[in-house]
Amino acid sequence: MPKVTYIEFNGTEHLVEVDKGLSIMEGAVQNNIPGIDADCGGSCACATCHIYVDDDWIDKLPEQSDAEKDMLDFAFETKASSRLSCQIFVDENLNGIVVSLPEKQG
Amino acid sequence: MIKTDAVIIGAGPVGLFTVFELGILGLNAHVVDNLDKAGGQCIELYPDKPIYDIPALPICTGESLTKNLLEQIKPFKTTFHLNQRVDSITKKDKHWIVETNDKTVFETPNIIIAGGVGSFEPRKPPIKGIERFEQYNLFYSVKNKKIFDNQNVCIFGGGDSALDWVVELSKTAKKVFLIHRRDEFRAAQHTVNQMMKLKDEGRIELYTNYQPKDFTGVSKIEKVIIENDKKEIKELKVDSVLAFFGLKMELGPIVNWGLNLDNKTIVVNTENFQTNEEGIFAVGDICTYPGKLKLILSGFHEAALAAQECFKRAKPDEKYVFRFTTSSSDIHKRLGIK
Repeated sequence: MPKVTYIEFNGTEHLVEVDKGLSIMEGAVQNNIPGIDADCGGSCACATCHIYVDDDWIDKLPEQSDAEKDMLDFAFETKASSRLSCQIFVDENLNGIVVSLPEKQG
Repeated sequence: MIKTDAVIIGAGPVGLFTVFELGILGLNAHVVDNLDKAGGQCIELYPDKPIYDIPALPICTGESLTKNLLEQIKPFKTTFHLNQRVDSITKKDKHWIVETNDKTVFETPNIIIAGGVGSFEPRKPPIKGIERFEQYNLFYSVKNKKIFDNQNVCIFGGGDSALDWVVELSKTAKKVFLIHRRDEFRAAQHTVNQMMKLKDEGRIELYTNYQPKDFTGVSKIEKVIIENDKKEIKELKVDSVLAFFGLKMELGPIVNWGLNLDNKTIVVNTENFQTNEEGIFAVGDICTYPGKLKLILSGFHEAALAAQECFKRAKPDEKYVFRFTTSSSDIHKRLGIK
């Protein structure tokens, strides 16, 4: 099963296994990782599952959709590495991906 | 003080359908919502997104679903208290006193919380301590555009609200600055074109790929400091700041009402969706129980069952009889069918 590392804003790291086909957001929610709210439940409508993707992984991700870019306007302190974790689905290619969580969601 | 059979908190799809379920039982309801219109998340977050899992509606949108629900509850002539948030509730014998931030007060045997993920509140710029400017010259909406006459106004955002006000205020303000975190705008293309034309004519100043870094000033914001991707910094002298970063959802005062909560949701039983307090119900996304699914259709079911218990509490002396809408003349009368 692919592994995902989530790093909380305070530095706490969580290395968890996430089922293929689940989103990075769902992986965090299922493993009770604090820092991802996902208010809208994953329909790319709220920007409260905002993450920063580790530099080594940015190029391996699928392109952002216009909807995701639009929603990122609402996220708190976006950077070039900002993504919405409900729009990134885990597969073998992303095994080992590292993502950091922002100070807060929205 | 308004006396009513039920106060519904939240005018999303489940709140609206609760009006219907209460209505066919002969109960009236007042609905309170913090947004300026009915529809909740369906209207605010995804009016155009297709929904495929409403029974017997192969496809609808958040907007059309809301419109149809409003049509369905029309016979009950429900009063909506919009732009208001319920702030406090207190017990009075078997009833509840419900008070909003606008000082509307209700007395009711039933409170039905259909609040989704909470009430919508403006998202604020990520700068510490800016609340102190909010009573002076930092705004998240425009209530009176006259106050911006002859001012240097700084507007943040890239959606319709931001660009509509750039275009509008450019007519009366001394200067308008527009700041957005990227080159693309979410606003309607027509408005984007208007804004670009204003920029080309030198009537507004546009800064893209910039984000707010700091607001400085003693009591009012005097200077806005913005930073771009390359860490370049600009300082703008301003009289007012308008920040349009959309809305976020917060559970808000509900956490203070003594209800059993589980991770931002309210624990209910599945018999009548009552909480740990008698006469307070929770339905839709905001409630939780073993097996709960956050689906609109689940909320509709929850509303129907909660309404039965509301009837018993609102009309303790009347006998409750279950009736189908197909055949009950009482229900037909309530729906205005002759």
